Amino acid sequence: MYKLLICVRYLRTRYIALASIISVMLGVATMIVVNSVLAGFTNEMRDRIHGFLADVLIESRHMEGMEDSEQLLAEVQEAIGEYAVAMTPTVEIPAMAQIEFGTESYPKQIGLVGIRPDSKAEVGSLQDCLASYQPQEVNGEKLAPLRSGDVPINWELTPDAMERRRLVKQNEREWLRRKQMLDYGEDRPGLPVFDDVSDVTSESGTEGFAQSEPEFEDTATTPIPDVADAISGSAETDGLLGRRMEASPFELDETSAETDDGPLPARAFVGRDLVSYLANDQTTGEKHRVWLARPGDDITITTAKVGMTGKPDTVSFNVTIVDIFNSGMSEYDGKLVLMNIEELQKQRGMLYYDRNGEVIDSKITSVQIKLKNYDDAASVIGALSTIIPPHMAQIETWESKQGMLLSAVEMETAILNVLLFLIITVAGFGILAIFYMIVVEKTRDIGILKSLGASSRGIMTIFLSYGLGLGMVGAVAGVTIGLVFVRYINEIEETLSWVTGRKVFDRDIYYFDSIPTHVSPLMVLWVAAGAMAIAVLASVLPARRASRLHPVRALRFD
Amino acid sequence: MSQTLKMTTPLISARAIQKTYTTGAHDVRVLRGAGMTASEGEFISVIGQSGSGKSTMLHVLGLLDAPDVGEVLYEGKRIDNLSEQARDQLRNRVFGFIFQFYHLLPELTLLENVMAPQMIRYSLWGYWKKRREIKQQALDILGQVGLSHRVKHRPSELSGGELQRGAIARALITQPRILLADEPTGNLDAETGQEIMALLKKLNEDNKLTIVMVTHDESVAAQAHRIVRLKDGQIEKAVIASAM
Repeated sequence: MYKLLICVRYLRTRYIALASIISVMLGVATMIVVNSVLAGFTNEMRDRIHGFLADVLIESRHMEGMEDSEQLLAEVQEAIGEYAVAMTPTVEIPAMAQIEFGTESYPKQIGLVGIRPDSKAEVGSLQDCLASYQPQEVNGEKLAPLRSGDVPINWELTPDAMERRRLVKQNEREWLRRKQMLDYGEDRPGLPVFDDVSDVTSESGTEGFAQSEPEFEDTATTPIPDVADAISGSAETDGLLGRRMEASPFELDETSAETDDGPLPARAFVGRDLVSYLANDQTTGEKHRVWLARPGDDITITTAKVGMTGKPDTVSFNVTIVDIFNSGMSEYDGKLVLMNIEELQKQRGMLYYDRNGEVIDSKITSVQIKLKNYDDAASVIGALSTIIPPHMAQIETWESKQGMLLSAVEMETAILNVLLFLIITVAGFGILAIFYMIVVEKTRDIGILKSLGASSRGIMTIFLSYGLGLGMVGAVAGVTIGLVFVRYINEIEETLSWVTGRKVFDRDIYYFDSIPTHVSPLMVLWVAAGAMAIAVLASVLPARRASRLHPVRALRFD
Repeated sequence: MSQTLKMTTPLISARAIQKTYTTGAHDVRVLRGAGMTASEGEFISVIGQSGSGKSTMLHVLGLLDAPDVGEVLYEGKRIDNLSEQARDQLRNRVFGFIFQFYHLLPELTLLENVMAPQMIRYSLWGYWKKRREIKQQALDILGQVGLSHRVKHRPSELSGGELQRGAIARALITQPRILLADEPTGNLDAETGQEIMALLKKLNEDNKLTIVMVTHDESVAAQAHRIVRLKDGQIEKAVIASAM
């Protein structure tokens, strides 16, 4: 009892010892905040990657894909259907996209993914990534989404996009007509037009359809319309170009303005950063988004396929942008174009027809599977390995596919934890020094206690408990501060940005609206326990010295 | 009829004690074959100049220090070679110590200081069960020494005389057989010192408490039953101060 009493009294009366606790407290608080923010970021990242990739992936080792996709899907369903919630076939190939904006043409390297939106939505969080389903922000105002959540994902244009397309096409025709008048002086069909008009698009991120006056001198560099087609007068083009001739020169007739402004057969969701970028407004100095292409516009895709001779052939076609894809991962948003899988397969010759021209089967490059329980992944992969030979496809979980990225983050977290724990260890040395002084100060009292019959072990226990008590105070205070900091981290960040004048957490750089955090109770426990252990360890040496004091010498101590 | 010397079995005795302190390069031989005894109910004073080894003799008797050579016997049995745990217990239950500089723990109240030996004696659970008893014991003893009005005070708030009385109360709470006092009046003025001596004599008479007191003051020493003189680490002679 005397040990408890004395220990508690020491805790209450010796404020200098609390100074040594401040470093423990700060170390604990820092560890909690850092770990929570790191965990938040990591979880977000994992969610986004996972949402896009599904649980288990079957990926063809061959760029041409796996044959008999229907049969393959059926076999997969049979093998692991009981574990799976959904699965979806995709065709993934590298490609190039050409985006027209004003007078410029922007070729970009992309990852082209042919998908079936219905099953892709079941396998991952596709709807959350599509712009038409998200609330819009226009000039600082929040508006309702263009499409409501219960509308299934499809390849249709929204009415806004449709209207925009119509206006754009109309302007194009107008521009073309005026150009022809300038060139030939009259409104009559002339020589075939080799240069096509550039798309007239709106400039900044506003929803207005403000058009700029087209420049008559500039010409665009879009693919040359097929002269043969123009001459032969076929109004429909398919296969190589997909773009409908605005008017064959021989059919140009102002009155027959029944040209089809509808979207092309090939439709796509394009990554947001592929067709837009952030720029500083000249007048306001703030950042705003500049769009190179919007839903309703067309872009040109060029990709490769294995030709008849065994060498790669290029395949080029236009797609209509139907929606904008925003996953929050820059890897995806700057690179991906998701298009309707049937069109892509058709363009690349991945479809099989029967004698009547009906599609009977197709090739796909991968299957994405969502599992009921992710723990089954290993057995699912095992089951699939038996029906799909390894030379044909690679079967792995999403984690092993993204292995390097995730393990890099893990290592970062581990290193940070070690560094931060060193802070607490340094605090431990402070405790050691202060305790040593306290033992020296208490030497006579220790002598008295021994004269009263206190054992050496009892004396040691007093000081060890004192260390533990200090550690507990520091840990509890540190945990409290840390948790409060995490809870109000966004407010703190705002204040900090205001005070320093710099943006601490630039929302344009990071794909988050607010700093993501994730507090793991286990982590908090470990940090607190570690801090207390350090405090106790630091008090061992002084405690031992105290216990070994000779009673007589201690009593005579000055 | 001649006076008969009462031959009582010594309660405690020290035999042929040698003790040397090594300070740096020097060896200081503090006790050189000294010995003494105390019987139950005796009030003995040990007197000598500083450096004569009188405090060391007291410490050896009370097992605060171990002799290099020699024995300490309690009730005829040797106690200086017991285990550390046994010695701690003896110090707690059999001996009571008071010192020149009181040595009350500054963080505890007077009452808690007095209860401290009991807190040491019992385990946490044992103390909890007896806490009311112990508290009452402490209050009684504090009443005996005349400090009932000061029980809640901290040592820093008490006078020298009160502190020494508090130390005596603390020494007595475990009902020891032997009280070992090292210059109890050394830090007090003559009058307060006399009060303390009166208290000690009262305790010795009323409770049959054996007291061995070290002092350098002749007048203080004369108030005991018997004087033991130490000179240069050896007993000079035993004098019966007064026949009781």
